[in-house]
Order: sequence, then structure tokens, then C-alpha cells
Amino acid sequence: MICNLCGKNPATVHLTEIIDEQMSELHLCEECARKKSAAMEQQFGLSDLLAGMAKDETVAKDEENVTVKCPNCGLTYADFKKIGRLGCGECYNVFKKYLAPLLKRIHGSTQHTGKAPLKGAKISKKRADIQDLRARLQKAVESEAYEEAARLRDQIKQLENKKGANAAE
Amino acid sequence: MQLNDFLKHTSEWLKGTGPNSDIVISSRIRLARNLDKLPFPHWANNKQALQAMNTVIDGVSRVNYLKGSTVFKLAGMDAVDKQLLVERHLMSLEHAQKTENKALIVDSEEIVAIMVNEEDHLRMQVMQSGFNLHEAWSIINGIDDSISKELNYAYLPDWGYLTACPTNTGTGIRGSVMLHLPALVMTRQIDRVLAAISKLSFTTRGLYGEGTQATGNFFQISNQVSLGHSEEEIIENINGIIRQIIDQENQAREVMVSRNRAILEDRINRSLGILKSARIISSQETTELLSMVRLGADLGMLKDIDRRRLNELFITTQPAHLQKLENKKLSTEDRDLKRAELIRSRLNL
Repeated sequence: MICNLCGKNPATVHLTEIIDEQMSELHLCEECARKKSAAMEQQFGLSDLLAGMAKDETVAKDEENVTVKCPNCGLTYADFKKIGRLGCGECYNVFKKYLAPLLKRIHGSTQHTGKAPLKGAKISKKRADIQDLRARLQKAVESEAYEEAARLRDQIKQLENKKGANAAE
Repeated sequence: MQLNDFLKHTSEWLKGTGPNSDIVISSRIRLARNLDKLPFPHWANNKQALQAMNTVIDGVSRVNYLKGSTVFKLAGMDAVDKQLLVERHLMSLEHAQKTENKALIVDSEEIVAIMVNEEDHLRMQVMQSGFNLHEAWSIINGIDDSISKELNYAYLPDWGYLTACPTNTGTGIRGSVMLHLPALVMTRQIDRVLAAISKLSFTTRGLYGEGTQATGNFFQISNQVSLGHSEEEIIENINGIIRQIIDQENQAREVMVSRNRAILEDRINRSLGILKSARIISSQETTELLSMVRLGADLGMLKDIDRRRLNELFITTQPAHLQKLENKKLSTEDRDLKRAELIRSRLNL
């Protein structure tokens, strides 16, 4: 039997793939099989990351993460760990303390400094101001301008203490 | 616009124009967005998914820029038609599978495409020819602003746009640049270059995105990090990496031309010879040979080869395009015959 992919070498690896409820058989030579498995491994990157998070002591010790459930969509943290996807926007609020270290690990940051939806920005100018200050704070910390950072931090606190500014809708 | 109309014109990103178009095929920016309240597509039940799809289609239809665009509902669509949209890079392979409550919105120029209910409620992309992420960003940024006035996005000030997968949270942006790097491949430097890229949090994919192999010396490079930097910073980071890769490819091309000119000319002309005379040809062989011919045209070794015509062949020789052009289903063997025929007719002018 000849390899289905390269059509040159003899097939020594036999795979069964199920895509869209359709089963197909693949007969591959060693080289093509290695390439294919490398491609598959790449797709599993996130679950590895999540499995790694489970070992994170602060998260593992916290038993709450097994039972806490998003009231909006019903997803549990255990579901998230299994499928690697959140259920809805509200999940980000519900699982905030578990997601923060994960986001930090993936992106090296937990502070959005990009754009905002126009509708949301209209609702709260205060919120946009805080976001702007936070972005400046992060830049100040990165460039080790600690005096500037302290000043910005105080400004953020002051704004946040004003009622309603920090409400995550 | 009907599906068959696609065959009559060249996608914007295939025009072979724009900055550095000898090495950069196209630049793409995609943004991931979700509606607040409604569950993300993978977690939604049928009714919720349908509601999300209708809400998005309705909201997008009110955006001026997208007034002339076409909405394709994917459920029940013919497999070849879906594959045609994938081959034109208007949607992902994933979007073509399990099509219940999924849609694709495409503008008439094929510059903007919005996948509805893929991994997120909205996955919008803008593609440009050549090395031109800034232009792509400026177009998609405006469209995103307009849509955000019509739909309520899931968004938190601290974490930005909320996506089904936390790897996209924040800006939800992915900038991708499609590069043609034959000289780095032939001089066996490509592995070193790709390894360096992955250390800097960039990923490399094949022609058709996630999970596809790099063939015919084409590589798609994109950012991985989407939170903590602004969209402009992320784009500037990609640009910096791409500029370096372009330099490396140019150096490798110069070295090959100065040291192995005869061998290179031989390979390029043989490739053109096979394409001009073959009677049976697979799509993989076609891509590999077209890659060499393109290099020949870029280096000035082949005269009278139109880059746009070459770019078109990369797409029109794909299985679904061949079947649409012939207007019937073709077996693999028939496709290999028709493909050879099409290439001969386009190159022997």
C-alpha cells in the first residue's frame, strides 16, 4: 500500500479520522505521519496549558472551582477546563480569579490597552478614563517611572471609588 | 452576489500589488467579537445559536459600508460551494463543517468577510494584497466601530473583548501575513527562521490557516498575544518580524542568483515547462511548480509572466474552483486532467 498523502512511500501507519460524523481511513508513510501528528499536537496547545494551570497550587487548593457555575449560561469551571472554551461573556466575571492567572500566562498581561466598543464608551466616559490611566500606569511601570506610576495609581483609585465607575456590566 | 460571480473576478488580496508583493502575497487582520448575554456558539443550544446568527446578520446589515454585501447561510449549502469559499480564504475549514446556524457575510470586492457563529459570534477579516497590515487595520477598525454601534459586544474594560477561547481575549486581533519564501526553503534556512519566530510568540501556518501544512513555500505568520498591547502595537510587532523575514529571503535570493544561477534558472524553466505541457497534474505539484515560476518572475528570469495571472492560478486550480468552472462534480483523476488543461490554456498565450 502506498501513502495517501505523498503517494510515493509505502504506508506503514494506519489512521482512522472522524470528521463531521464521516469516518475516513488514512494510510501514511512514516514521514507524512510524523508531519500529521506534529500538526495535531499544535492544535492541542491550549488544553496542555489548561492542564498546566490545574497544577497551579493557588487554583488547585481552591475547591470552589469545581462547583462555581456561570448563572448566565450554566458553564462550570470544570467544563471550561475540559473543553478549553468559555460559555459566554459573563463567564469572565464569574471565573475572574481563575482566569486572571491564565490570561497572564497566555498573554503576559491582564490589562487590555486596545480599543473599546463605541456604544460602551458612550455609556461611561469614566470607564474610558480609568482604562486610559491604567494603560499609562502599565507603561510607567514598564519604563520604571515609579513616581509617575504611584501618581497614576492614586488617580485610578480615586476614580474607581466614585460610585458605579467600576461596575462590570 | 451569487457564488458563481466569484469565479469572474480576482479577490483583492490576489491582485499581486501592494508593498513588497514579490515576497508578501497578502496581509490579513481578523477581529473576534461576541454578543453579550448570549452563549458563545459552541455552548449555545439551537435556539440561542439561531438568535445570535439573526442578531448579527441584522446588525451588520445596518452598517453602511456593508450595504452591498452578500449573506450566505451555510446550512444545507453544497459541499463544493463551501469549499470554494474556503479556497478563496473567505472562511475557515472549521466554519465549513457542522454548518447549523452558521453564516458568512462577504462584501462585493471580497475585502471584508464576517464568519457568523464560528468559534465566536463574529469573526471579521479584511484582506489586502501585499505587505499592508496598516491599511487592513484601518478598514476593519472602521467597520468594527460601526458594528459596535449596532450590536452589544461582550466587553470588559480590564480584559477587552471577551472571546470563547482565552487565547483571543483582549483586542481579539490576529494579524497574518502570507509570505512566499522559496529561497529560504531551498537554502535550508527556513527551519531556523521559523524556530526564531515561534520563540517570539508568533505562529506559522500553511496556506489555509489553522491545522494546515505549509506547501509550495507559502507560510502564514501571525501574532499569538492579543491582550496587554494595543492593536497598533501588535501590528507594529508583526511588521517588525515580517520586515526581517523579507530581508532574509532577499539575501537568500541574492546568494542563490550569484552562486547557483544556472541551477536556479534550470529549475525555474523546467517548472514552467512542466506546467505548460503537462496533461495530468495534482494540486500539490501545481502549487510547488507555480511557486518556482513565481520566483522566476520575481527575479526577472522569466519575462512576460503576469504575477496576477499566476496568483489566480493558485486559486483556480484548487478542487472546488475547478469543479465550479466545469460546472459539475469531478473525480480526483478528472480534476488532474482538467487542472492541466486549465494551466496550459492560461500559460500558453
